[in-house]
Amino acid sequence: MSRWNDDPVLRIEHVTMRFGGLVAVNDLSFNVGRGDITALIGPNGAGKTTVFNCATGFYKPTEGRITMKRRTGEHYLLERMPDFKISAEAGVARTFQNIRLFGGMTLLENLMVAQHNPLMVASNYTIGGLLGLGGFRKAEAGAVDRAKYWLERTNLIDRADAPAADLPYGDQRRLEIARAMCTMPELLCLDEPAAGLNPRESAELNTLLHYIRDEHDTSVLLIEHDMSVVMEISDHVVVLDYGEKISDGTPDEVKNDPKVIAAYLGVADDEVDQVEEEVGL
Amino acid sequence: MAAQKQDLLAGSVKDAAVGALVAFGLFAMLIGMKTDVSIGGLSIEYRWSAVAIAVAVVFVGRLALNLFVWKSEKPVTAMLGGLVPSQSSASRFGHLITPVLFVLAVVLPFLLMYFLGSRGSRQYLDLAILVTTYVMLGWGLNIVVGLAGLLDLGYVAFYAVGAYSYALLAQYFGFSFWLCLPLAGILAAFWGIILGFPVLRLRGDYLAIVTLAFGEIIRVVLLNWYEFTGGPNGLSGIPRPSFFGLEFERGEGGFADFFGLEFNSIHRIIFLYYLILVMALLTNFVTMRLRKLPVGRAWEALREDEIACRSLGINTTNTKLTAFALGAMFGGFAGSFFATRQGFISPESFTFIESAVILAIVVLGGLGSQVGVVIAAVVMIGGFEFFRQFEEYRMLVFGLLMVVIMVWKPRGLISTRAPSIALDRKKAKGISADLVQEGHG
Ligand SMILES: Nc1ncnc2c1ncn2[C@@H]1O[C@H](COP(=O)(O)OP(=O)(O)OP(=O)(O)O)[C@@H](O)[C@H]1O
Ligand SMILES: [Mg+2]
Repeated sequence: MSRWNDDPVLRIEHVTMRFGGLVAVNDLSFNVGRGDITALIGPNGAGKTTVFNCATGFYKPTEGRITMKRRTGEHYLLERMPDFKISAEAGVARTFQNIRLFGGMTLLENLMVAQHNPLMVASNYTIGGLLGLGGFRKAEAGAVDRAKYWLERTNLIDRADAPAADLPYGDQRRLEIARAMCTMPELLCLDEPAAGLNPRESAELNTLLHYIRDEHDTSVLLIEHDMSVVMEISDHVVVLDYGEKISDGTPDEVKNDPKVIAAYLGVADDEVDQVEEEVGL
Repeated sequence: MAAQKQDLLAGSVKDAAVGALVAFGLFAMLIGMKTDVSIGGLSIEYRWSAVAIAVAVVFVGRLALNLFVWKSEKPVTAMLGGLVPSQSSASRFGHLITPVLFVLAVVLPFLLMYFLGSRGSRQYLDLAILVTTYVMLGWGLNIVVGLAGLLDLGYVAFYAVGAYSYALLAQYFGFSFWLCLPLAGILAAFWGIILGFPVLRLRGDYLAIVTLAFGEIIRVVLLNWYEFTGGPNGLSGIPRPSFFGLEFERGEGGFADFFGLEFNSIHRIIFLYYLILVMALLTNFVTMRLRKLPVGRAWEALREDEIACRSLGINTTNTKLTAFALGAMFGGFAGSFFATRQGFISPESFTFIESAVILAIVVLGGLGSQVGVVIAAVVMIGGFEFFRQFEEYRMLVFGLLMVVIMVWKPRGLISTRAPSIALDRKKAKGISADLVQEGHG
């Protein structure tokens, strides 16, 4: 057996998501291994984002079970938890396909908001903070340090006091990752983190993700379209098509799976023109 | 060149004529006919000359605008552009004006007394108290609308709760102002939570409508619960606040007697002024502190993007509730001040127009800007009172002013957002309002 079945952080079991008559995800089961970078791939509309939304509480799956197992050994049934608790208690953080930053707030503020829950406790739910008690000031300084750390990691420290909406696209993507990491997650879910990045930024992203996995003991689940990225960095690949899993294995296994080739990878660059001609494009 | 001029003229005249026609269609009914009571029922009075004037005004006005602004290559308004302060100078202006306004507010009663004497300054002190009350209300509402981005059209409800809490507690239990003040705030916050709980899952327009309805419900309940609230007669004889136990009365043991001053009724007014000033400044102080705490940042984050907030583990319902409750609490404080100042309250004072005025102060001042609220309150409330003699035109001017400001500065007078925390305080700049979201409920 493969290691993602031995010690999974996240288990997705028989998850189905229906929107009215449309079955976006159909009886999907797969595991995300602890310490792995797992890639969820598939053509447009395959249901990848829907899986993310189910796992992070933004949708309630019609059927199925999603279990998060933390390092401490605690289990969390994510499909039963409200979205904010999934981040706060189960240690799952996410980014969004269409970036969602707090645009009118500075980068530093964005990362401070991500540390809301521990800071809230440190400020005695505002009372202590309002009175200016020392405990809160220490906690705040710690939070600023963590924010600085991630800003340095993502090469954004020079713009710490600039509004997030002013950042170029690639920087916004990295800021969103930094913000998710500030919640100190055990599982980081990234929805198309490399979309719209240039090759250099893409390479930087790979380094960052490896760093996150190795140095912060955080498992990564990512959705990706760019095959080169997927094959290079992931330890485990799950392929979706029309809401169903069609392949699941190491990058090499998936690459050579005939079903995947047929559904997704099948058309090599030089064959694209030919295929397009056949369908009349 | 000449042909072009000809074209311009012909086009403009045509456009103006169309405008005049539309105006005629509207005004023929609205202005042209007026129902009048006469013997044997209603009769219609025709006022065609008034219609003619209105239509002529539209025609000439539109023609002039066409010729000199809309279709002209060198619009007259371009010259006005230079008068509009730029973004950065506006924020610098905000920084400068804060201490000036503060000092002015503190010494105002002495200035007035010095120049106008106690008789002459009474009227202006009353006005200053009124303005400061609105400043406080604006600051309270700013927490809800400006920071958390929740559009609340029924803020006056909490003002009413505060006022009635004090009046009723004083009437039934004989509690003093100083005891009732915190109680009124707590009760208003409590009602804020009661309202917020079911309502805050609504967003945007829906939230606005429900809060509007809530404001009306409170007023209608106060109006109809005759045995308890006195209904339309209101409550009178509300006790005055004392100064550390000293009443503002003539004779022995009063304020003037204790300090060896000659009795003067202005003492009480000055005291009320400082009371509301301190309450308002406290509101401001608390708000500014909260902005730098996790709750305050969560409010602003909520205004920016609620979904992202939830993905970061923020309980958005609780966060919205705290904003609502806190805003309500300050409304309640202001309400009990209002009750003690007037000595008499009735549901009349808590109509929707009050909510609208407070919201207008917040929006005109610039969402989230504390100084903006002060300026807007001074201009609006002060303006209202100064132009009392032109009663009929007040609303017209008020409406025009709103339109002008919204065209000129759509994000309010002071529209930069200061970051709540910065690595490098000196280099950190205000954030332009274009980047800041307004919130969606
Ligand atoms: N809230 C929703 N209501 C109705 N249908 C939805 C909803 N969310 C997703 N869908 C549908 O579910 C299907 C899967 O969508 P999903 O966004 O998960 O695809 P995806 O794999 O992320 O695609 P892409 O690569 O374009 O991001 C699509 O047909 C989509 O229209
Ligand atoms: Mg998607």
